Amino acid sequence: MAKSFLSIEQLTQRYPDGQGGEFTVFENANFGIEKGEFVCILGHSGCGKSTIMNILAGLADPTSGVVKMDGQHVSGPSLDRGVVFQNYSLLPWLTALKNVTFGVQARFPDWDKSKVIEHSTAFLEKVGLTGDTIHRKPSQLSGGMRQRVSIARAFANEPKLLLLDEPFGALDALTRGTIQDELIKVWSDTDQTVFMITHDIDEAILLADRILLMTNGPMAQVAESVEITIPRPRKRTDIVDHPNYYAIRNHLVQFLGQRSAELAGQSDTPPLAQPKTVRIDLTEDIDAEDPEPATPQLRAVEA
Amino acid sequence: METLSENKKAALLSVLLLLVGCLIWELSIPAQEAAGELTEYELLTGGGQPKAGVPPPSQVLGKAWEQLSNPFYDAGPNDKGIGIQIGYSIYRVLTGYLLAALIAIPLGFLIGMSSVAYKALNPFIQVLRPISPLAWMPLALFVIQDSEMSAIFVIFICSIWPMLINTAFGVAGVREDWVNVARTHELGAFKTAFTVILPAAAPTIVTGMRISIGIAWLVIVAAEMLVGGTGIGYYVWNEWNNLDLTSVIFSILMIGVVGMLLDSLFGLLQRAVAYVE
Repeated sequence: MAKSFLSIEQLTQRYPDGQGGEFTVFENANFGIEKGEFVCILGHSGCGKSTIMNILAGLADPTSGVVKMDGQHVSGPSLDRGVVFQNYSLLPWLTALKNVTFGVQARFPDWDKSKVIEHSTAFLEKVGLTGDTIHRKPSQLSGGMRQRVSIARAFANEPKLLLLDEPFGALDALTRGTIQDELIKVWSDTDQTVFMITHDIDEAILLADRILLMTNGPMAQVAESVEITIPRPRKRTDIVDHPNYYAIRNHLVQFLGQRSAELAGQSDTPPLAQPKTVRIDLTEDIDAEDPEPATPQLRAVEA
Repeated sequence: METLSENKKAALLSVLLLLVGCLIWELSIPAQEAAGELTEYELLTGGGQPKAGVPPPSQVLGKAWEQLSNPFYDAGPNDKGIGIQIGYSIYRVLTGYLLAALIAIPLGFLIGMSSVAYKALNPFIQVLRPISPLAWMPLALFVIQDSEMSAIFVIFICSIWPMLINTAFGVAGVREDWVNVARTHELGAFKTAFTVILPAAAPTIVTGMRISIGIAWLVIVAAEMLVGGTGIGYYVWNEWNNLDLTSVIFSILMIGVVGMLLDSLFGLLQRAVAYVE
C-alpha cells in the first residue's frame, strides 16, 4: 500500500520528571494522513495532543520517532505547514489585512504588492471579513473575528498541511458554529489537508473525515481511527438526523468517557501498532464496529 | 460652567494658579527694598544701591521678552543669546544620546535574546549603572583631554542604562506566540528581529529612550556648569557669577520648557509605536 501523505512513525515524547526519572507523555504513536483529508484528534488533557501538534509544526522536537511529509523528514518549522493557534497569535500592531499579507509575503516573496493584497483580501472575504473591518487592529476585533483572521492567514499561505490547535476553544458556542461553517467552506474550496485538535465531539464529527482517539496520558497512545461515514456537504442541523450520527457519537463518547482511561498506561503495545480502524455505517447494514479495515484510505502508516 | 469640558476647566485652573502664584511672588518682593530714608553716610557707602534680591516676576518677564526677541545674538564668549546657549546644550545631549542609543539598543537586543549574554553582562551593568554620571567627569577629562567631548561622554554614559535595560527587558518579554508566528513563516533572524521582535518590544524600548532623554537633560546642566564655555548650564552659572538673578530665573524656566519639549517629543513617538494586545 502506498505511503500516506503525512506519516507519523513511532513518535515518542518523554520529559524528565524532576526526580531523575523520565515521564512518558506518549509512546510509539503511528498514524498517517492522506492528502486532502480533514483529520481531528480527540483526547483528554495531558495526552500530548498539543505536543504532537508542536512536533508536526516543527516548533518542538520529539524524543524519538519521525514525521514524514511527502516522503521527506520534517524538521523545524516550515511554510509548508501552516498553524492556527488557539490564542490566534495575531501581531497586535498590524491590521487584520497586514496580518494576512505578512504571511503571504513570506510565502510568495516574488509577488508584487497588489497581488499580495488581492490574494489576502480574497481569503479574508472567504471567512466573512470585508470592508473596513480588515483595516482594524486585532484589539478592535471580537474574538471570533480574530480567529477568522488567523484562519485566513493560514489558508492564504496555501500550506501543504494545515494544523489547527483547538482553534475554537476560546469562542462562545454561537460564534464557534459560524466559524466552523466558514472553515468548512474555505477547506472545501482549497482541498487543504487539515489536522486539528479539538475537545468537542460534535465539532469533530461535523468537520472531520476521520477522528483519531488518544488514550489518557501518561503513556498515551493513538488507539483508534474512527471514520466519519456521513456524506458531505454536512450541515449541523441535518447531520443529527443521519442514521450514523448517534452511532458514531456514542462510540466517541464511550471511548472518551471510559475506554480512554482503561486503555491508558499500557506500554506493552508493539512499536509499530497502528490505531485500530473503526468504521460505523448503519446505512450499509454492517455491524456497528467492523474490526477489518474497510477502505485502503484508512490504512495509515507502514514503518 | 457646567458646559465646560474637563480639559477646559483644568486649563482655566492652571492659568488661575499661575496668576495667583505670580501675584504673591510680585507682592512679596518689595518688602526687601527698604531703602527709603537714608542717611548721607549710608548713601556714601553704597546703601542706596538696590540690594541683590530675588527679582519679581514682572522683571523676569521683561528679561524673557528681551532675550527671546533676539535669541541668537553673539557678542563674545560671555555674552551669547539664550538660543545659542540652548542650541549648544541640545547638540551635546543629542550627540551623547544618539551614541548611547546606537550601542544600547543593539546590545539590549542581544542581552534580551540570549540568557547567556544577559547573565554575563548583568554584573557589569549593575555596578556601572548606579554611578553618578558626573563622577565620570574627572576621568573623562583626563582621558579625552577635551571638555566638549567629556560633556558628551557624560551624557552618553548616563543615557545608556535605561535604554539598555528597557531594550533587553522588552526583547526578552516578547510573547512566545509571536516568535512562533515568525518561525512558522520561516522568517530569518534579521527579518524576525525587525518585523516581529522590534515592533513587539518598541513600546518598552521607547519608554527607556524617554527616561534616558530626561536624565540626559538633567545631567547636561550640571555637566556644563563644570566644563563651562557654552551651554545653558554654563549660562546659569555665569549669570549667578554676574549676580543677575533675573537671568538665572529666566534660564531655569527655559531649562524646564526645553526638557518638557524633549519629553513630549518622545511621548509622541511612544504613542506611535503603542499597541493594544
